[in-house]
Amino acid sequence: MANTFGRPHSRILQYSVARCAAVSPQPEGRSLVPTVTVDASGILYRELNMQLRALVEGGARRIIVRGVLGQRYLGTSLQERVEIVVEGVPGNDLGAFMDGPHIEVLSSAQDGCGNTMNSGKIVIHGSAGDILGHSMRGGSIFVRDNVGYRVGIHMKEYESVRPVIVIGGTAQHFLGEYMAGGILIVLGRGQEPDIHHPSHYVGTGMHGGAIYMRGSVETDFLGKEVGVAPMQAEDEWLLRQYVGEYVEHFGGDLDALLGFPFVKLLPLTKRPYGRLYAY
Amino acid sequence: MAWASLENRYGDDKVYDACGLFGFIDTTGQRHPGDRIIMALTNMKERGNGLGAGYAAYGLYPQFSEHYAFHVMCRDRASQTELDGYLRRHFAVVHDEPVPSRHVQGILDPPIVWRYFLFPQSAQMVGRSEEDYIVHQVMTINSQLQGAFVVSSGKNMGVFKGVGHPEQIAEFYRVEGYEAYLWTGHTRFPTNTPAWWGGAHPFGLLDWSVVHNGELSSYGINRRYLEMYGYLCTMQTDTEVIAYASDLVIRRHGLPPERAVAVFASPLWAELAHRPEAEQRLYRAIRQTYGSLLLNGPFTIIVARSGEMMGLSDRIRLRPLAAGIKGDLLYISSELSAIYLVEPTVEETWTPLGGEPVIGRLHQRPTRASANGRAREPVMATEAQHG
Repeated sequence: MANTFGRPHSRILQYSVARCAAVSPQPEGRSLVPTVTVDASGILYRELNMQLRALVEGGARRIIVRGVLGQRYLGTSLQERVEIVVEGVPGNDLGAFMDGPHIEVLSSAQDGCGNTMNSGKIVIHGSAGDILGHSMRGGSIFVRDNVGYRVGIHMKEYESVRPVIVIGGTAQHFLGEYMAGGILIVLGRGQEPDIHHPSHYVGTGMHGGAIYMRGSVETDFLGKEVGVAPMQAEDEWLLRQYVGEYVEHFGGDLDALLGFPFVKLLPLTKRPYGRLYAY
Repeated sequence: MAWASLENRYGDDKVYDACGLFGFIDTTGQRHPGDRIIMALTNMKERGNGLGAGYAAYGLYPQFSEHYAFHVMCRDRASQTELDGYLRRHFAVVHDEPVPSRHVQGILDPPIVWRYFLFPQSAQMVGRSEEDYIVHQVMTINSQLQGAFVVSSGKNMGVFKGVGHPEQIAEFYRVEGYEAYLWTGHTRFPTNTPAWWGGAHPFGLLDWSVVHNGELSSYGINRRYLEMYGYLCTMQTDTEVIAYASDLVIRRHGLPPERAVAVFASPLWAELAHRPEAEQRLYRAIRQTYGSLLLNGPFTIIVARSGEMMGLSDRIRLRPLAAGIKGDLLYISSELSAIYLVEPTVEETWTPLGGEPVIGRLHQRPTRASANGRAREPVMATEAQHG
């Protein structure tokens, strides 16, 4: 294993490599990417994340993490364009503060995925829990199925950096709460032809960004701070781009998905609570 | 009271984190050893900080299934002698013994833990029902005897709890050696109240047990309301009120658990306005009657009694709850990963909406639809008339 990644090993790396499988053969059709498999069974999150960090520092560019069950903060603070495949259910705050990696979860995920992530991508082949994309600043998250409460809470954007979340199924309540920027797309797949999102209080306190919901929403229960806006040509372009990316990950018929009407929700004001404490 | 302050050697006046819950019921009644719930709670290590853990088990004492099992904790020999005398004066004691325990590194200064199998004699009850008599005596012991209290007092069940991590408490009580068809468990991260043996979860009264993640800002008003009905809060922890409120509303007042949900996590007025008229009348009536038992603040709870387990989170889900089904088993957990750990081939998992209970009952094969005890089920005509 010495110098597999072209760098001298740190103590941590030596320790972790002892627990890792050998560099695995390249899957077909892949360019030569240094790939490492890690068995996470029974390892606490702190140790597991130290291993990941050491492996990335050591030059690994594709890491398969097996046997994950509840370990938190996977991929946190990694700042390289590394690919991480998670087998098992990762713990809370997957990809928190992440800056660059591409994480693919082969099952469902828990709460707080992509918390304050800066760039990179998280792809979840299942459902995700509450506060997905909490305070997200950039990058993208794709969830095949459903998500929990307060997804996209306080997402933000700056100039051309716009975080994106695409949800294949539907969302529970308070979607886009206090949202300050970015794009939320909810497809309601599997409910056709009568797509109806049960999400209440969508966009409560929202003051930036945009939410696109395919099918209908319960307008009686929309947040007080959002309104339905007409779709523009640029919205169609944007949906084609991101829903197309969703289809690349999970399959599906892009034209059928886009052929269905979307509801676009925008904030009514940039400062909904500007007068809350001012009389 | 002095006991609680004595054991709070951690200076944990106020910290913020989350507790962890786990529970499962085998609806066929088949009993399972405690190892899986220990694994599940240990897997959620980050949710606790070693300042409290516990387990409730049902179907625990088949050899004494007709007798009330009192699990008691005593600070010292003197308080144990006093409690022993009290129990023998007020009950017929069939059998008593120490709860088997081990010395565990890290478990400091444990109390004396003992269990009694007993029943009240009719002459002693003076017009009270058996259950009301038990409640009365438990309240008297917990509020008046110094350094002794009853942890659980139901038939064929028991609570094992203390200050420590879940694996430590399990080792201390030899939890892996017990078998039960229904287990609930808790790992604690105390927020506003002291860490002491009585303040660990589950909280028990009769065969009720409650584990809780969150904090009840309504504790004061809940407590005062319950005092009117003879329930005295002595454990210095908000969760206690949920056990007593369940006993009052479900056992004494006869509300089905699905309706008790409307007491604890009543639908928001804005949502109620969109329900059918009969339902609106029913829920208004419940809210008017039991407004003081509304549980305010973030919570997820698992409430259990013989043959039944219910998971519930607050109306806007400020604490997590995941559910899963495998065959005849229903699981409830703070985290999905813990369900997959103990049941890798779980058939279905989901997350109910806030205020929407997940209920498992003996002899009812769990399905997502049957477990989902949404109070939205049709309101029966007789119920609606009371509005």
